[in-house]
Amino acid sequence: MIDNGLPEGWELVVGLEVHVELATKTKLFSGSPNRFGDEPNTNIDPVTLGLPGALPVLNQHAVELAMRIGLALNCTVKPSTFHRKNYFYPDLSKAYQITQYDEPLNVDGFLMLPGGVRVGVERAHMEEDTGKSTHFGGAGGRIHGSDYSLIDFNRAGVPLVEIVSHPDVRTAEQARQYVNELRAILVAVGASDAKMEEGSMRCDANVSVRKYGAELGTRCEIKNVNSVRSLGKAIEYEARRQIDVLETGGTIRQETRHWDETDGRTHTLRAKVDANDYRYFLEPDLVMLAPDAEWVERVRAALPVLPAARRTNLAALTGAEEDSEAIAVVVERGQDTYIEEVKNSGGDAGRALVWVQQSFAEEGSAPRLPAKDLAALTVLERDGKLTATQAKTVLGDMLEAGGGDPAAIAASKGFEALDTSVIEGFVDEGIAAQPDAWAKYCAGEEKAMGALVGTIMKLSKGKADGKVVTAILQQRRGS
Amino acid sequence: MSNFTSATSIAQNVASGAQSAASVVEEHLQRISQREEEVHAFNLVTSTEARERAADLDARIARGENVGPLAGVPIALKDNMCTRGIPTTCSSKILEGWKPPYNATVVDKLFAAGAVFVGKTNLDEFAMGSSTENSAFGPTRNPLDTSRVPGGSSGGSAAAVAAGFAAVSLGSDTGGSIRQPAALCGVVGVKPTYGLVSRYGLVAFASSLDQIGPFSHSVADAALLTEIIAGYDPMDSTSIPKPAPSLVSVLGRGVEGMRIGRVADLPEGADADVLARLDAAFVALEKAGATIVDVKLPSLSYALTAYYLIAPAEASSNLARYDGVRYGNRVAANDMNTMYADTRAAGFGDEVKRRIMLGTYALSAGYYDAYYGKALKVRRLISDDFAAAYVNADVILTPTSPTVAFPFGAKTDDPLTMYLCDIFTIPTNLAGHPAMSVPFGTGQANMPVGVQILAPTLGEEAMFKVAAVLESAA
Amino acid sequence: MSERLSAADVAKVARMARLNISAADVERYTQQLDGMLDHFADIDNLQLADVQPMTQPFPLVNVLRADVEQPCLDREEVLGVAPAAEQGRFRVPPSGGEDE
Repeated sequence: MIDNGLPEGWELVVGLEVHVELATKTKLFSGSPNRFGDEPNTNIDPVTLGLPGALPVLNQHAVELAMRIGLALNCTVKPSTFHRKNYFYPDLSKAYQITQYDEPLNVDGFLMLPGGVRVGVERAHMEEDTGKSTHFGGAGGRIHGSDYSLIDFNRAGVPLVEIVSHPDVRTAEQARQYVNELRAILVAVGASDAKMEEGSMRCDANVSVRKYGAELGTRCEIKNVNSVRSLGKAIEYEARRQIDVLETGGTIRQETRHWDETDGRTHTLRAKVDANDYRYFLEPDLVMLAPDAEWVERVRAALPVLPAARRTNLAALTGAEEDSEAIAVVVERGQDTYIEEVKNSGGDAGRALVWVQQSFAEEGSAPRLPAKDLAALTVLERDGKLTATQAKTVLGDMLEAGGGDPAAIAASKGFEALDTSVIEGFVDEGIAAQPDAWAKYCAGEEKAMGALVGTIMKLSKGKADGKVVTAILQQRRGS
Repeated sequence: MSNFTSATSIAQNVASGAQSAASVVEEHLQRISQREEEVHAFNLVTSTEARERAADLDARIARGENVGPLAGVPIALKDNMCTRGIPTTCSSKILEGWKPPYNATVVDKLFAAGAVFVGKTNLDEFAMGSSTENSAFGPTRNPLDTSRVPGGSSGGSAAAVAAGFAAVSLGSDTGGSIRQPAALCGVVGVKPTYGLVSRYGLVAFASSLDQIGPFSHSVADAALLTEIIAGYDPMDSTSIPKPAPSLVSVLGRGVEGMRIGRVADLPEGADADVLARLDAAFVALEKAGATIVDVKLPSLSYALTAYYLIAPAEASSNLARYDGVRYGNRVAANDMNTMYADTRAAGFGDEVKRRIMLGTYALSAGYYDAYYGKALKVRRLISDDFAAAYVNADVILTPTSPTVAFPFGAKTDDPLTMYLCDIFTIPTNLAGHPAMSVPFGTGQANMPVGVQILAPTLGEEAMFKVAAVLESAA
Repeated sequence: MSERLSAADVAKVARMARLNISAADVERYTQQLDGMLDHFADIDNLQLADVQPMTQPFPLVNVLRADVEQPCLDREEVLGVAPAAEQGRFRVPPSGGEDE
């Protein structure tokens, strides 16, 4: 049983529905630009506005990006169709959304979480986005009690892929991992910039709880979650709410609930007069989409190495743990190939990983500092010519200048690693100053080494190489 | 044949300089000014634009330019085809005053061919009807007898040609809306194969059934117009990716050796005068060297049901966009749903509302399988019936309309009675096949009778060959 | 009347289709639609289990367009014919919370 943070005996069951906007130049069914942040209603055409007589034509690049997503998620690409989902809402220009319904493009895939949990992907289908409503007056821009709304159709018709997971997620942390991993994949395959803050990635969670071994409970769909952090909080809140209801003898009603970031709760919307009846039917203005094997294989062959494989590779290269923070961060930034270059230039990949994680947050996947310069720095470090503290200072100068010879920079700063005999002296002084710590360390308490090293470094005014100090201490203990 | 000059002759005369486009336009505008008040074929007569256009064409011809195969031909457009900057109403109050910001593909094609647009013609609101009595702007009258309907829904386009207001016109045909008014007004009307003519810019009624086609006085004009408006359009996903067929060139080839299908189990309902003309048509074709063969279409009698479930279902979705948000008229209200419901209640006429409700019901949860789903299967049966029949026949002949043009109000009490006007035309739309109506003599009250020629997918050549022979035998 | 559908059904359908119709009209439409459904019952006894539904007359596959920008409509022209617009956007009354 895993720790899901819930009261004893309760299991959390979560399925995730993630919408991503595809990184195309134009809309899913027409040629107006797919561009975020433009003046309202400037990216519009007859199809986008649902003008009488306008007809949709499918964007080939959107299909390819959708296939990339499906293939990266281990899905099968199948012949598929588009349906009309009919409902009235002012930002839905045609009063129907064109979406893939019972025959989606990608089916039956999965995503492996970094911790090794497998989350099934039921489908990844294509659909069009709606326009954007902004509510004015009333209580501060909310739907309820507003005086009027203004509609911008720039986003209408933007291609989306909706990725629907199986209810395989068991903890809020897994949900966060799923979304993070999915985002990494989407960015890696070039399908989307997947920014939750800008709305190019949106996540709804179907949450239910049950006693271990029991039938699936009634689920609630949680919407309006705007960050990965909120997703975890919303799931945790909703699970506890459901358990409270069930433990006090109540029942869960299947409904859509909105997450409210300000009060940290989920809220039910006002009940509707009639249940939603979307009257789905096959879109007669579009034809079947059935990529042949040749097309599917062409897209598959062009897929880049995916984040999971890149993490494995980078871990092997650097000696770091595969699920470490450093590996995750560096792969997400796309800086793993840079570390490979450092290694190929004769550098120390392990030290390079540390520096890249710590100091390259502002750099993209192609850092300005030449790989050979960072390689030279890691060599100095490895050879004991610079301490970590000194190396950090040198790296700061190199990054500022966009390159440079680390040995020359170190020399100009008067950085010289202390001779081992000098360090031995500091070690003597340190052991004398911390007899208790030394005794504990000799008795096998590894933690005690920290206090010793700290004291010795202080005595050397930071000039001793921590690695050399550690080695001397180990040698003296006889381990 | 009428006394009016054919589009083919006008184009030749104008292109050669024998006649100016301006004089052709004046001739037609004059007929409009004489009879339009009585006939009401148009929602809008674009006389200023037509005169400017004719002057421009004349100037270009004087400079030696080739202005296209429809040089100076006055043409009327059904008012459900988008014309940039010119009101397009679908004869509905909900769109009254709306000016599209773009042209339908057919409009661009006709313009490029040198045609002169004289106006937008009246129709049953959103093309829903068989008499043009459902127009929000008043009915069109049959130019041959103004106490009678012109048929519908393209009644205005049929009447405009019959009255000589335009040499040719375009209509749209979802269940017979070109062929039935053509028959009732004594002109030629063609519904091409689904996908042959682009629907881009045609305001949708039922997307899987709608098709644009021409009205004309002669079979040759109809062939010319069909050639010009046909052809692949990348803006319409259902457009057939093939070049437009060559039709004018096949007209003289006769029907020698062709197999003409007679439907042995033709649904009942046609008047005797209409059936008599159909018989005469078979005789004429046989005399011209064709063989008459019996075919069976056992599912044909279910076509009406399939059609009146499928077409309203698609329409209920297609017409949902008229919500008072982006264009058209709005009834103001304090909340969104009241605005929607009041706007649509005030903007749509009775028949449109009825079909929207029927279609919404047929698609709704719990009823989809019983109605819409079943209708799609019946559609397949009908299509399969035709496929079997066309093994033995090249074309099939039926009446176009069960009756000649009827008096106003004759079928307005019970919607079903009106729906039965389409029993012979609907099956082709379900199958997506081409069909056309050719005038073939007269029936009761000396009103014209049309004979309908049906052909398989992309069978326009055979259809036009037969039409040409019937025309000369009429 | 065969009572294939009730006035309540028609009222519900009218709400779904956003048509505000009077009680008298509900009655009239109920009668007319019921009559039609009665007529449409002619297909009820057909054997359709093995029949594939036909949704389009001319089956095409993979009709696609290149991802190339086309000119946009002019915003002022479009908003100029809108029932209500301000700040470059379409103005509508409040939704009352029934959002999607």
